[in-house]
Amino acid sequence: MRISLFITCYNDTLFPHTGKAVVSVLERLGHTVDFPIDQTCCGQMHFNTGYRRAAYPLAKRFVSIFRDAEAVCIPSSSCVAMIRDYYADLADENHDQELAADLRTLLPRIFEFTELLTDCLHLEDVGASFSHRVTYHASCHGLRSLHLGDKPIRLLRHVRGLDLIELPNSDRCCGFGGTFAVKNAGVSTAMLEEKLDAILGTGAEICTACDNSCLMHIQGRLHRHGADVRAMHIAEILASENREREGTP
Amino acid sequence: MSREAILGRVRAALSADRSAESSPLLSYPRTGTLNTEERLQMLEERLHEYDARVFHCPEQALAQRIFEVLSAAGRLRIIHPAALPTSWHAAQLDWTPDSPGLSYAEIEAFDGVLTGATAAVTESGSIVLQHGPAEGRRALTLLPDYHLCVIFENQIVETLPECFDRLKANAAAPTTFISGPSATADIEMTRIKGVHGPRFLDVILVTRPSNFPKLTFQ
Amino acid sequence: MTLITVDPLKAPSFPKAAAELLRDTQLRRNVAHATDVIQHKRAALVAEKSDWQALRTAGAAIRAEALRHLDRYLEQFEKQFTAAGGHVHWASDADEARRIIAGILHDAQADEVIKIKSMTTAEIDLNRSLESAGVRVYETDLAELILQLGHDQPSHIIAPALHKNRHQVRDLFAREMHLPDLADDPPALTEAARLYLREKFLKVKAAICGANFLIAETGSICIVESEGNGRMCLTLSDTLISVAGIEKVIPTFAGLEVLLQTLPRAATGERMNPYNSIWTGVTPGDGPHNMHVVLLDNGRSNLLEKEITRQTLQCIRCGACLNTCPVYRQTGGHAYGSVYSGPIGAILTPQLFALEHAQSLPYASSLCGACYEVCPVKINIPEVLVYLRSRVVDKNRNNLSSVFSQERIGMKMMARIFLNHERFEKAQRMARIFEKPFIGQDGWIHKLPGLAGQWTAARDLAPIPAQSFREWWRGRKASQ
Ligand code: SF4
Repeated sequence: MRISLFITCYNDTLFPHTGKAVVSVLERLGHTVDFPIDQTCCGQMHFNTGYRRAAYPLAKRFVSIFRDAEAVCIPSSSCVAMIRDYYADLADENHDQELAADLRTLLPRIFEFTELLTDCLHLEDVGASFSHRVTYHASCHGLRSLHLGDKPIRLLRHVRGLDLIELPNSDRCCGFGGTFAVKNAGVSTAMLEEKLDAILGTGAEICTACDNSCLMHIQGRLHRHGADVRAMHIAEILASENREREGTP
Repeated sequence: MSREAILGRVRAALSADRSAESSPLLSYPRTGTLNTEERLQMLEERLHEYDARVFHCPEQALAQRIFEVLSAAGRLRIIHPAALPTSWHAAQLDWTPDSPGLSYAEIEAFDGVLTGATAAVTESGSIVLQHGPAEGRRALTLLPDYHLCVIFENQIVETLPECFDRLKANAAAPTTFISGPSATADIEMTRIKGVHGPRFLDVILVTRPSNFPKLTFQ
Repeated sequence: MTLITVDPLKAPSFPKAAAELLRDTQLRRNVAHATDVIQHKRAALVAEKSDWQALRTAGAAIRAEALRHLDRYLEQFEKQFTAAGGHVHWASDADEARRIIAGILHDAQADEVIKIKSMTTAEIDLNRSLESAGVRVYETDLAELILQLGHDQPSHIIAPALHKNRHQVRDLFAREMHLPDLADDPPALTEAARLYLREKFLKVKAAICGANFLIAETGSICIVESEGNGRMCLTLSDTLISVAGIEKVIPTFAGLEVLLQTLPRAATGERMNPYNSIWTGVTPGDGPHNMHVVLLDNGRSNLLEKEITRQTLQCIRCGACLNTCPVYRQTGGHAYGSVYSGPIGAILTPQLFALEHAQSLPYASSLCGACYEVCPVKINIPEVLVYLRSRVVDKNRNNLSSVFSQERIGMKMMARIFLNHERFEKAQRMARIFEKPFIGQDGWIHKLPGLAGQWTAARDLAPIPAQSFREWWRGRKASQ
């Protein structure tokens, strides 16, 4: 399958390894990855902060770039939610029938990374190996908009050597919320602090999620506390391969 | 006048939307799936959860059962709706029929109240009073600290929609759903039974269909 | 005690109020405990209901239908209620509602009134206006009594005193009810309230309530409650006034069969709350003979035009969105500067009271969506929040201080950058250069200037990697 990667603006800039990991998983599974170089941002930040007018041309841009893709893979649940939940509204309020029509045909081909693996490629075991204690934080948009449910968990369960530890209240928001983290920094930090207590309580070495924005938030506080738990996107775990097989135990 | 002003604003705001006329198509389960015995059993469980006590008896033993329950509870001076069947009165107790002349303070002073019901709902564990002849005015089941309610098997429905089907005919009558004794959780979410309504609720389930015409539904 | 006004016209912005409340550790513990308890009960009862989603959908449809033809249903309610011997009044705003109510009480020669918990009367600040007109008001809901005696403000729409714990309530009751030996266990406190109020129920002849639902088809009012204080007020009074927002109407009696399944489960985690009362106008020989309904607009009709805002009025005030909200959990209700708090407050307040006064509320959410998930009438609160944010941005477009605000400039710049991928790449490179001076010895960023400083106040930031994904991709392509 030819899979077009929408890396998202912040992954492109801040988390290139996540993108590399996605490419490595998909290529390992025998698929071709395509990266339309003129992509930028889905418009989520503008839309969610109230700059709806600025989000519209970005939505248009995204759709025109990916209109003909066989499948689009997005390693960020909140960006997928933006496209699924709100692009139609943007088309509607700007009376853009062309966008609406293109969107309708494109939407079924848009997948969050773990959705692509489970729903589209029907896989749970992607041949990964990762010998660490891992806990999973269910990012809000993945959970409630994409209804990822236990898809990421099923993928993690098939990773050889991985010790998955349940995160208490894993469905509770970490407090990131985009500009919420700066506009309501106090509340955001209080929420984050609860999330950190839960993560540290698991004794996990790694906290993973389907969204680097939450992970950046969590990692930022972990580092401030000097905790040596690492935040890591699920794609990076699924990309890691069996070192034992290569003969290095 | 504000009536016209408000309706005017409402109409103006909604006018654009009137063309797309469609009354909502509602689909949710309306009827239950339990058999009579299961229905009874679940009702009993639910009533227990609400701290109500549940007793059983066949219809012909009702008066005797009423006597047993009331006397064991130490409730001897009982008020009841004026039209309550006299066959329910156990001779040994002190019965007072409700009358318009009774003040609220007088009603409150009784040991308890005995009534029938219009329906009971298994799923929610509710008893429904709808101002029927055996139910009386609402103050009766509110002021005394003890309420004994007699429910006949054929009055028990499983779901709330089934209950509303029965209430519809008399929809304008004062209707009270009682689902356990009054309670509050306003302090630290700790459920405390017995605030302002009767603190004690006992129920007698009459396990054979009654022929008492006012209490049955066709 | 942290007392923050819940008058939207005077309240501080959400972040300001929140900052103060976040320091009140006792309050935060109380709120977290209470919401945890209700949430768990709710989750268990929703889980046992296999038709829960169908009921949510039906509930949403019933409420949406009522609003779509609100004028028709209001008129139908008025006709039926009047035919049954009741009186219907219409109030455009809070002031008119207060005047109508004062007039009814005056005509009934009532100088005392017992009240059932009602958010609508809190919205119009009824108690204060009645007291200043010489009418003594007795709140009879336990939580409302706690607030009234403590001169406190509601912090939750279902359990308005959940920010208080038993010790705080004991001290208050001991002082106000002159019970120095009162114990601090909830049963003792509840008993104290029972005795305190009993005498009022039997003595006071006028009562004020809200309405959970007004039923157009039959002209009935439905009130859902737990303690029995509602039944006391609405059965024993001679004069009864129900104050209801115009949105409270539902088309049919049978609609209750849906909403009475979802409301108690969502609100208190019960299959059914202890008491529901449904009555129609006046019933000879049973209950009040002087029955009034005040239909209150107070800004509601402004929400009707657009469907996206209209859904706000579908709310049945169950409070589930508050209990599940991770933001509410941290601050409690007072931070929302209105009697309506939590997610529903964050969308309702800015729409009911002019947006100017509540600009920070649509931003008081991380958009996590938990509220939408639990809402028994499917109000898409995040969708309304982001819509209201856009209204705030639009409104400030020409406001000078905002034109020069860091946020607006930043957003404008970013929007331009994102329109062209070459520009975007350049910006990525610039950002790497810009952040250099802020990178600490350990290779992390600990302090940033401006808005971003809010981030680094509590969190570190990893520096931007030397190579972006697209740079890596291009290099890889070239070498292939
Ligand atoms: S918005 Fe929904 S969840 Fe929140 S109080 Fe209203 S009905 Fe309940």
